[in-house]
Amino acid sequence: MSYLYAAFAATWIIHIAYLATLVRRYTQLRKEVEELKRK
Amino acid sequence: MKRAFPILGVLTAVLLSYGLYQALVAAPTEQTMGEVQRIFYYHVSSAWTAFLLFTINFIASVIYLIRRSPVADAVAVVTAEVGVVFCTVVLVTGPIWARPVWGIWWTWDVRLTSTLVLWLIYVSYLMLRRFSTSGQTPLLAAVLAVFGALDVPLVYFSIWFFRTQHPQPVIGGGGSIDSRMMHALLINWLAFLCFAFLICWSRYRLEVLRREVEEMQSQESMFEARGGR
Repeated sequence: MSYLYAAFAATWIIHIAYLATLVRRYTQLRKEVEELKRK
Repeated sequence: MKRAFPILGVLTAVLLSYGLYQALVAAPTEQTMGEVQRIFYYHVSSAWTAFLLFTINFIASVIYLIRRSPVADAVAVVTAEVGVVFCTVVLVTGPIWARPVWGIWWTWDVRLTSTLVLWLIYVSYLMLRRFSTSGQTPLLAAVLAVFGALDVPLVYFSIWFFRTQHPQPVIGGGGSIDSRMMHALLINWLAFLCFAFLICWSRYRLEVLRREVEEMQSQESMFEARGGR
């Protein structure tokens, strides 16, 4: 059973980690856009 | 699309929850492998989703090579990145299933090795896109993607053409599967397809924004080079 839960948990850890990188990249780009607009 | 996005998000969450219920509860327990066989519902669904994304990447790359379309180039980079995420899930869940069933985490079997090579090809594709400063990067990446896509049918058909330790295919492999297991698999695949579509759409918007920032930065540096007049 532990292998089963490990596989399902690993799947969602990978997806959530990727989604977190998308959010981080989006926030960083928005900041850059704001800075460029101010210039 | 902005209105459809939350609706599709809710639908995907419902499908993923229903898929999880099907995989863990509703589908019958396999007789020889037991509970660990349920990994199959995520492993196979992720593999099919990754194959589909790499196929879209191939089509978008061919379109880019013919028409030099920036939209096709953006679609190619998005599908490669999301495809790598799903392929990573395949490469992680596979060994977790193999350990209790085969007694080993990994073997250099044709199916496993060709999947690892596929993952490495698309990781190198993404690294090329990330670190190359050449103006020819989209062109080079498109050529790499066309050659990389050749590995997709090799991975899929490897278990037909070679003697491998990997189980035979669920569809078209001559074996049979319980209809409740097939239902659980298809529900999970549909849920993963919707999820992949949502991630691709978000990543596409990010790519468009990234290109806009690059354009603004190049305009700013040109302005500064002319003395800020």
